[in-house]
Amino acid sequence: MTATESKTDSAGKTRRSLPWPIRFYKSDVGKKYVMAITGIIGLGFIVFHMLGNLHAFEGSQQLNEYAEGLREIGEPIAPRTMLVWIGRIGLLVALVLHVHSAYTLTRSNKRARGEVGYENDRNYLAANYASRTMGWTGVIVLLFLIWHLADLTIGIKMANPDFSRGEVYDNLIASLERWPVFLLYVAAQGALALHIWHGAWSLFQSIGINNPKFNHWRANFATTLASIIAVGYLTVPFSIMFGIIH
Amino acid sequence: MAITLDSKVPAGDIADKWNNHRFSIKLVNPANKRKYKVIVVGTGLAGASAAASLAELGYEVEAFTYHDSPRRAHSIAAQGGINAAKNYTNDGDSIRRLFYDTVKGGDYRSREANVYRLAEVSNEIIDQATAQGVPFARDYGGLLDNRSFGGAQVSRTFYARGQTGQQLLLGAYQALARQVGTGNVKMHVRTEMLDVVVHEGRAAGIVTRDLVTGEVKSHSAHAVVLATGGYGNVYYLSTLAMACNATAIWRAHLKGALFANPCFTQIHPTCIPASDEFQSKLTLMSESLRNDGRIWVPESSEDGRSADQIPESERDYYLERAYPSFGNLVPRDVASRAAMRMIDAERGVGPLRNGVYLDFADAISRLGRDTIEARYGNLFEMYERITDENPYEVPMRIYPAPHYTMGGLWVDYNLMTTVPGLYSIGEANFSDHGANRLGASALMQGLADGYFVLPYTIGDYLADFLNVPPVPTDHEAFTEAEQAVSDKTRRFLETKGTRSVDWFHRELGKIMIEHCGMARSRPGLEKALSEIPALREEFRADVRVLGDSAGLNQALENAGRVSDFFELAELMCQDALDREESAGGHFRLEHQTPEGEAQRDDIGFSHVSAWEWRGPGVAALKHREQLAFEYVELAQRSYK
Amino acid sequence: MDVKLRVWRQNGPSGDGAFKEYDAKGISPEASFLEMLDIVNEELTAAGVEPIAFDHDCREGICGTCGLMINGQPHGPQQGTATCQLHMRKFADGDTIVIEPWRAAAFPVVQDLVVDRSAFDRIIEAGGYISVATGAAPDANLTRVPRDAAEASMDVAACIGCGACVASCPNSAAQLFTAAKMAHLNLLPQGQPERFDRALAMVDVMEEFFGSCTNHGECETACPKGISIDYIAHMNRDYVRAQRANVRLAGQR
Repeated sequence: MTATESKTDSAGKTRRSLPWPIRFYKSDVGKKYVMAITGIIGLGFIVFHMLGNLHAFEGSQQLNEYAEGLREIGEPIAPRTMLVWIGRIGLLVALVLHVHSAYTLTRSNKRARGEVGYENDRNYLAANYASRTMGWTGVIVLLFLIWHLADLTIGIKMANPDFSRGEVYDNLIASLERWPVFLLYVAAQGALALHIWHGAWSLFQSIGINNPKFNHWRANFATTLASIIAVGYLTVPFSIMFGIIH
Repeated sequence: MAITLDSKVPAGDIADKWNNHRFSIKLVNPANKRKYKVIVVGTGLAGASAAASLAELGYEVEAFTYHDSPRRAHSIAAQGGINAAKNYTNDGDSIRRLFYDTVKGGDYRSREANVYRLAEVSNEIIDQATAQGVPFARDYGGLLDNRSFGGAQVSRTFYARGQTGQQLLLGAYQALARQVGTGNVKMHVRTEMLDVVVHEGRAAGIVTRDLVTGEVKSHSAHAVVLATGGYGNVYYLSTLAMACNATAIWRAHLKGALFANPCFTQIHPTCIPASDEFQSKLTLMSESLRNDGRIWVPESSEDGRSADQIPESERDYYLERAYPSFGNLVPRDVASRAAMRMIDAERGVGPLRNGVYLDFADAISRLGRDTIEARYGNLFEMYERITDENPYEVPMRIYPAPHYTMGGLWVDYNLMTTVPGLYSIGEANFSDHGANRLGASALMQGLADGYFVLPYTIGDYLADFLNVPPVPTDHEAFTEAEQAVSDKTRRFLETKGTRSVDWFHRELGKIMIEHCGMARSRPGLEKALSEIPALREEFRADVRVLGDSAGLNQALENAGRVSDFFELAELMCQDALDREESAGGHFRLEHQTPEGEAQRDDIGFSHVSAWEWRGPGVAALKHREQLAFEYVELAQRSYK
Repeated sequence: MDVKLRVWRQNGPSGDGAFKEYDAKGISPEASFLEMLDIVNEELTAAGVEPIAFDHDCREGICGTCGLMINGQPHGPQQGTATCQLHMRKFADGDTIVIEPWRAAAFPVVQDLVVDRSAFDRIIEAGGYISVATGAAPDANLTRVPRDAAEASMDVAACIGCGACVASCPNSAAQLFTAAKMAHLNLLPQGQPERFDRALAMVDVMEEFFGSCTNHGECETACPKGISIDYIAHMNRDYVRAQRANVRLAGQR
């Protein structure tokens, strides 16, 4: 009988001759590794950003000063905003890699599944809602991110007509006082929390951090981190809606 | 064609024979090996190890299995372990002792020189398997651990939990996979061998059927190796895998290979009793359970109480009582017959009263549940899965089931059958176990043949055919055989009868287990010999195989196998009838000691019975290979 | 007990498949799942319908030949159990049981419930072995293997190659199989010299056929031998290390 045809033609053999970072990224295991590392970068940013947001509770002046302070990091050794821009470019590269690896892996997985699926509903035992919706929550977070940048970072008029550069606190309140924006924000944070809940556990597997002594702790870490992030981010819009921040 | 049985056992002291032989046989120059093509049929322990070893040497190898992967072969189901004379435990083991135990365990019906060689290479097998990454059990110092096994008074059994066969097979499979990966072995999966082609008195190749496409095809080679396992499925209910069959060796037999000692079959004492009529197979529980389990039945046949209600004083630990020195560790044939006697005396236990207890209560209280779990955990789980009873709390119930066949194709010291160029290794041949095989010796023999014997001895034959091309597959010897195979296959489809293949197989099995199973008698065997041909004729006229031969058709595959079992079953009964003695697994009711033990007849039957096929409906012709025992003194086996 | 079966029937690799319904009547709860199918097949044969083709062999849970998707679970509802050791007592009288073949692009259907899993063999052929020619082995006790390492190696070596991990995986990934086969050898001293070559070769071939791991963990629950996904992390680490490992010195590490 004939052997099963591979879904790619001998990727393994041609791969060997490439320089190692490219060879590594061409493999699925490598892509998952990159996804995990870029995920860690994203997580670092998300936690940092969340802590920044909490300055809103200190009032307008403090938040605006904090935001301005970010642009001045590194002064006077580096020019103003240089480090912020380096950080932004770094984050953008990480985001692009994260999304690209996710996209290509999803396509490759679809190919691996073949044309005919199971008719009966799968009776999943381990896979949970978060793990099976990583693609969707990822897309939601990505779309939200674009909106969020347009709304509060760049200040495109269509997204936020009241945007005023440098007035972080006012911009924030002006935007989140709008019901649709508030709901969008809450939904996106829900998606982000689910994404992190699975991702922050999964990344340990992908980069091969594994020790039976600590493994139970990985899932707890992910749950805790996802909860903190969700709560941390949601306090600001809810506080605005309930008039605690105004 | 007059057949003379020349065992080709080398001269000299038994300890020097193999060494001398290796020096005296012809060698093939390393650069010339690639000019020879060898076919290996079957990829279990023996076949995979032989194919891998031959390919490593440089021969061009084609390997065949009807499974979807070589890793599926039934060698994988061996649980307990593999013997070797390493004497790592310092308890007095030696090659000589392993040799002695094996000959004695086989009830003095095996060829001394072969058994000695088996004991000699046993140590190399452990080395080889360990180097391949077989995760044998180890002690806390990281050295290999051993356990004891039935029929031996030393601890010489290496094991990998209860999955030793699986791990050794995976080792051999991986060695084979390495050769497949480098292109030295061409692997044919889901391909069943249906005939051996003999041309000018030599094996020239085989005819196969592709089980997926139905294509019948010829393959030619300089030599053919059959490593196709045993024929225990002739009993239908056995511990063998569902697909195990005798077709390859039987069709080789029809082409001139003599069949030796077909009546020597082994009934394994520790299987889970059948629960109903529809049962498709019996599950073996490793014999190693007898190390810590105690076997008993109630004193009284009237006793209907559950095990925990029966006090010590009303239990009969019959093996410990009758065989004080070996106790629960007597050889398999002895343990099986003792269980049969208990059940025949209506002292069996369980809903169908078809089992005896194997009780771990003592061992658990002595060693603790954790130790027992570490030793047998997976077996206990398996038992619970099948019976829904927890063996930590309720004694296991066991009953003997057909398990291994010592008989097989007759081979000489080089493992060549009576057809030049046709070899048979592993369980498929008859060579090393005599009338009864000791536990943990099947893995040893399969790997000894495949790794360390055949790769040397085959060169002696091949050396004469340098630069002689194999017979081309368009030669009429092949095309005729292909035609015969196609015709036979088509006949099953055209019969369009009323009964399924399985029905006939089950009926044949009933006849065989009743009359040619654990106890045999002249009237019983004669009855079987009249019933089998009748059933066979009914099969020919009334079997129903649906579908066609152009694709996967499992009933069609099975029809061919069962039709061969019919012919083999007759030969087994004929051999059992002819062998007017009891030896090992062959127990004739007419020949027993006053205590009911097997009574050998060393004057009349100290020989191998090798049967020659003389056509359908004609009684097979018996040839003898006289067995000489120069190094082991013949004695009544005693395990008391 | 009586059950209703919904079984995938497909005539040949290129044939169209469809579900067919059959009744299995008067089945004993003591029967195994495959014995129930045997009985159905006997009845189908008697009725002139071609029996259902399904893969099976040892029927004691070790050969890995059997493998059916039963009610959306590989090997059915009992965890840690291959299809052949599943018994009808795990079902209730009157149940409808849906039986499908393993589904994955790398496991094309051969007939009815029989699939071709030869992609697994390709992974082993790529590097799932220790290169030691027959006869070249040193004495078995020359190299000590820490007991825990031998035990861990045995835990993964217990893999029966049934393909349930692939069947259960929403990505049709074979990470659990490959990781188990790799860790079996990479955990042992004997496996060290080829450790990183093995990691590269096996993963590369695996990815030619199968999807990627998104850490659902479904394979672990489907595995009849309970092999842990911890070993997938182990494989990932070996693969990453192999990228930068000085392979010539790998065995000396």
